Amino acid sequence: MLKIDGVTRRFGDVTALDNVSLEIEQGEFFALLGPSGCGKTTLLRILAGFETPDEGTVTLDGEDLLSMAPNRRPINLMFQSYALFPHMTVAKNIAYGLEQEKVGKAEIKQRVGEVLETIGLGEMASRKPGQLSGGQRQRVALARAIVKRPRLLLLDEPLSALDKKVRAGMQLELKRLQNEVGITFVVVTHDQEEAMSLADRIAVFESGRVRQVDEPVELYERPRTPFVADFVGANNLFEGTAVPGGLDVPDLGVLPGEGTELAGVKALLAVRPENVRLADRGLLGTVLDVSFYGGISHIAVTVEGRDKPVLVAQQGAAKVEAGAQVRLGWDAHDAVLIQEG
Amino acid sequence: MGKPRFLYVPFWLTYVFLYAPILVLVVMSFNAGRSPYVYEGFSLKWYGVLAEDDKIMQGLVNTLIVAAASTVLATVLGTLLAVGLARHTRSKLLDALGLMPAILPDLVLAIGLLVFYDVVKFSLGLHSVILSHALFGMAFVAAVVRTRLTHADSSLEEASRDLGAGPVTTFVRVTLPQLAPGIVAGALLAFTLSIDEFVIAFFTAAPTEPTLPIVIYSMVRFGVTPEINALASILLLVSFTVVIVAQRMTKIGEIRAQD
Repeated sequence: MLKIDGVTRRFGDVTALDNVSLEIEQGEFFALLGPSGCGKTTLLRILAGFETPDEGTVTLDGEDLLSMAPNRRPINLMFQSYALFPHMTVAKNIAYGLEQEKVGKAEIKQRVGEVLETIGLGEMASRKPGQLSGGQRQRVALARAIVKRPRLLLLDEPLSALDKKVRAGMQLELKRLQNEVGITFVVVTHDQEEAMSLADRIAVFESGRVRQVDEPVELYERPRTPFVADFVGANNLFEGTAVPGGLDVPDLGVLPGEGTELAGVKALLAVRPENVRLADRGLLGTVLDVSFYGGISHIAVTVEGRDKPVLVAQQGAAKVEAGAQVRLGWDAHDAVLIQEG
Repeated sequence: MGKPRFLYVPFWLTYVFLYAPILVLVVMSFNAGRSPYVYEGFSLKWYGVLAEDDKIMQGLVNTLIVAAASTVLATVLGTLLAVGLARHTRSKLLDALGLMPAILPDLVLAIGLLVFYDVVKFSLGLHSVILSHALFGMAFVAAVVRTRLTHADSSLEEASRDLGAGPVTTFVRVTLPQLAPGIVAGALLAFTLSIDEFVIAFFTAAPTEPTLPIVIYSMVRFGVTPEINALASILLLVSFTVVIVAQRMTKIGEIRAQD
C-alpha cells in the first residue's frame, strides 16, 4: 500500500535518513521506533508533506506522493503537540478538515457527531481545547484526523504527553479505533513498550537507517543487529567469537546460544533477564543487588571478567541475598547470536 | 502586607512626577484668565474658543485622516512583513532591516523621505504624510506581530495544511486569529504614534495642509493661552480611552487565544 523506496534526507552535514526502504500493508498498525534523532520523525514529516527527501520515492497505492502538496494527500497526521486550533471549539476543530473538502453542512454535522460519540466526548463539543484535559485533547486530535477517513493516519508520539495511567487507557483505545475504522496507522515513538503493545510490525531506526523490521515478538526474541538487541527491552550482551552451539567469550568460556551459522566470526550473544536462571552449574557470580517490583524481582549478578553485572528477572520474591555466590544458566534456544559489524 | 510603609514613598513619588504636570495642564484649561500659569477662577470659555478655531479644527481633521489611513496601511503591510520574516526567511539581515524604521531617528527618516519625494517628483500633501507615517508605523506593527509569531505554534499551520486547507485559507482561518491581539496592539501603537508625530510630518506635509502637531507648534511660538491646555486635555481624554480599550481588547484576545 505505502511504498518507501531509497529515501535519503540530509540537513547540511547530517544525514537524517539514509537510503530507507519500507513497505507498509493496508490496514496495518506500523511503528517507527528509535531513539531521538534517529530520523523517524523526519520520515513521518516526509509522508505528511512537510519535508522533501533528497533522493528516493514514496508511493501510496502506486500514486506518487512526493509531487502532491500536503493539503492534497489522502493522509492525516496527529501532531505530537496535538496542534488543536485554540480559537475554535472542539466541534469546529473536527469539522475544519471536512469543510476543506466542501462536504455539505448536514453531513459535516452528522460525521462530527458520530466521531465525537466514538471518542466519547459528545458533551464536550462546544468547549475550547484550553478547557480540556490532556487525554481529552489527545482524543480530539485523533478525532480531527480520522473524521476525514484518510487512507493513512500518521501519529507522532501519540501518547508521550499523557501521564502513565491515562496512557494505558489510550493505548487500548487506539487499538480498538484502528480495528474499527480499518485505517492504516503509522506511529512514531521512542518508547519501545508503546511500539510493542500497539504495532503489528515495527521498524527500528538508528542514525537514519532501518536496523530491523519485524513483528514485536520476533523483534524481542530474535534481534538481528547489536543495536536492536540493546535498544529493545533489557538484555544481557556478551562479546566473543561464534563457535558451534554458542559463543566463546574470553575469561568466561563457551556460553550456550543459537542463531549464527557462521562459526569463527566476531559475534554478540544476547540473553533476556527473564531467561537467565539461578542454576546448579554455569557462570559463577556474586549477587550485587536484589530489587523487588511486586510481580517480579531483579537480581544483578557480578561475574568475574565482565564489567556490567548480569541481570536476572525472576517471578515473585527472590530467594537469594546480596553477597551470595550463585551460578547462572540458560537454555541454548533462549540466547541469540548476532553477528557484529 | 507586613512591608514597611516608607517603601511606598518612591512608588508614589514616581506617580506624582508623572502626573503632576498633566494635572496642572488639565486644571489650567478651565482657567478664566488669559494666562496658562495663573489660575483666576473656573470657566469653560477656552473650550469654546477652541471649538471655533478653524485652524486647529482643520489640523485635527488632517491628523485624524493621516492617522487612520497610515494605520490601515501600516497594519496590513506590517502584518505581512512579520509573517514573511518569521515563516519564509532565515535571513537575520532582512529581519533587522525590516524593523529598522522603528529605531531610526525621526530626523533621518524625515530628511530621507523629503529628498526621496523630491527626487521622484512626488507632490507633498496629506498623501505624502500618510505614506511616511505608514512607513514607520509598519515597522512597529511588524515588531509587535513578529514577537507574537515567535510564540505562536507553527504546527497549527501545518495541521491546517494537513487537514486539506490551502495556504490562503490557512492564513485567514488559523494564522490571523492567532495573531489578532498582536495586530490590534500594533495598530493602536501605529495610530497613537501617528497622531502626535511632529518631525516627519513637518518635513513631508504641504504648508497648506498642516497636521495638528504642526498647528500647535506654530501657535506656541506666538505665546501660549489656555486654549492649548483645553486641546491637550481633550487629546488626553482620547488617548486614555484608547489605552483602556486596547488593554481590554488584547485581554479578550488573549483569553480567546488561550481558550
